[in-house]
Amino acid sequence: MASRLWASKAASYLKISTFNRGFASVVKDLKYADSHEWAKIDGKTATIGITDHAQDHLGDVVYVELPEVGTAVTQGNGFGAVESVKATSDINSPVSGKVVQVNEELSSSPGLVNGSPYENGWIIKVEMSNTDEVKSLMDSDQYSKFCEEEDNH
Amino acid sequence: MATRQVARSGLPLMNIVRMKGVPILKQLEIEECLLRTSSDNWCIINDGTDKPNIVMGISGKPAELVEIRPVLEDKIPVIRRFTGGGTVIVDHGTVFVSFICNKNDVADVQPYPRPIMSWSSLLYSQVFQGIADFRLRENDYVFGLRKFGGNAQSITKNRWIHHTSFLWDYEARNMSYLKHPQRAPEYRLARDHLDFICPMKDYISRSDFIRKTIDAAGNHFSVESTEFEAVKSPANMKFTPTSRLLTNHELEAAGKTSIL
Repeated sequence: MASRLWASKAASYLKISTFNRGFASVVKDLKYADSHEWAKIDGKTATIGITDHAQDHLGDVVYVELPEVGTAVTQGNGFGAVESVKATSDINSPVSGKVVQVNEELSSSPGLVNGSPYENGWIIKVEMSNTDEVKSLMDSDQYSKFCEEEDNH
Repeated sequence: MATRQVARSGLPLMNIVRMKGVPILKQLEIEECLLRTSSDNWCIINDGTDKPNIVMGISGKPAELVEIRPVLEDKIPVIRRFTGGGTVIVDHGTVFVSFICNKNDVADVQPYPRPIMSWSSLLYSQVFQGIADFRLRENDYVFGLRKFGGNAQSITKNRWIHHTSFLWDYEARNMSYLKHPQRAPEYRLARDHLDFICPMKDYISRSDFIRKTIDAAGNHFSVESTEFEAVKSPANMKFTPTSRLLTNHELEAAGKTSIL
């Protein structure tokens, strides 16, 4: 009981809400794509990673294929991949722009994507070419509902 | 937007391409091109490849997976493929079966590694029913505790490929080119490679296996034959495959790393 209380206090502090079933978490204030990537918008810069839902379904990530800095990315298109189980899975960019930074830590610690999908497991930072694209992404409540519908399908 | 192709039966269409002895690098190029540029479903069957090749997964490091000196001396090609997973040595005794599907045409399977792996095991359980004690164990196809098929996948936004190299037969001496991998399934325990694998030929003929696989695919799709000629050259000339042959220079550098 005490640990559940602690967990809900921690969740509130971190602005994390959990699904009814206590499965994958989402973070308020992030934006989400229907291919299960998140974007944290800060002016013209977007930090991008994959969601808790995605990492949970993918399994233990053993390798992350990162793009080169300077690569152009397009909303909805792949820019890299993660390897888990026996699969490579595309990572798609929620926004268009140019890659300005990649998370080099993932080369030696790909498991950060599983352990800290919204924080230390971030994948790339993008200088956005069209900030209006953010309007087409889901907020945390919409994404939570989307995941629930997908898992119930 | 591509129109979903559905046969009169209501099942989604699947093109079956049967090949024999096609080089594995060529097969991988065809598969990746179809995954990335086609909107159809495909089953690619390659009955043996032309000569022994080592094929690693996307993140494979030759220093860890391959006995570099004998591979260089015997000029065994080493390929890094576009899908995940482990390392195999394939030759004329390997039968390859690959399923490339639109996720919406296999709508009851979530497009993630484990659901796709489960779906594939259901299909193959139909192939081996009454023949052998077939099951999916961790991520391998086994008879009992012996592996006879290795799997790998690549998943894009709307499509996926699940491909398998089946050990219909193999040469024991070729297995000595492979090291015991760091990431091995638990059920392997500490077994040497030859104690861990078994040949499919002890259970089923090549032709029966291929026929039954096509029949099993026909329970999920409306299957139609497509000629190899139709797929052997990429329709989309802008597409560049990512599977590639490692150079001798890369292997030699890996050999130096493994000595350190």
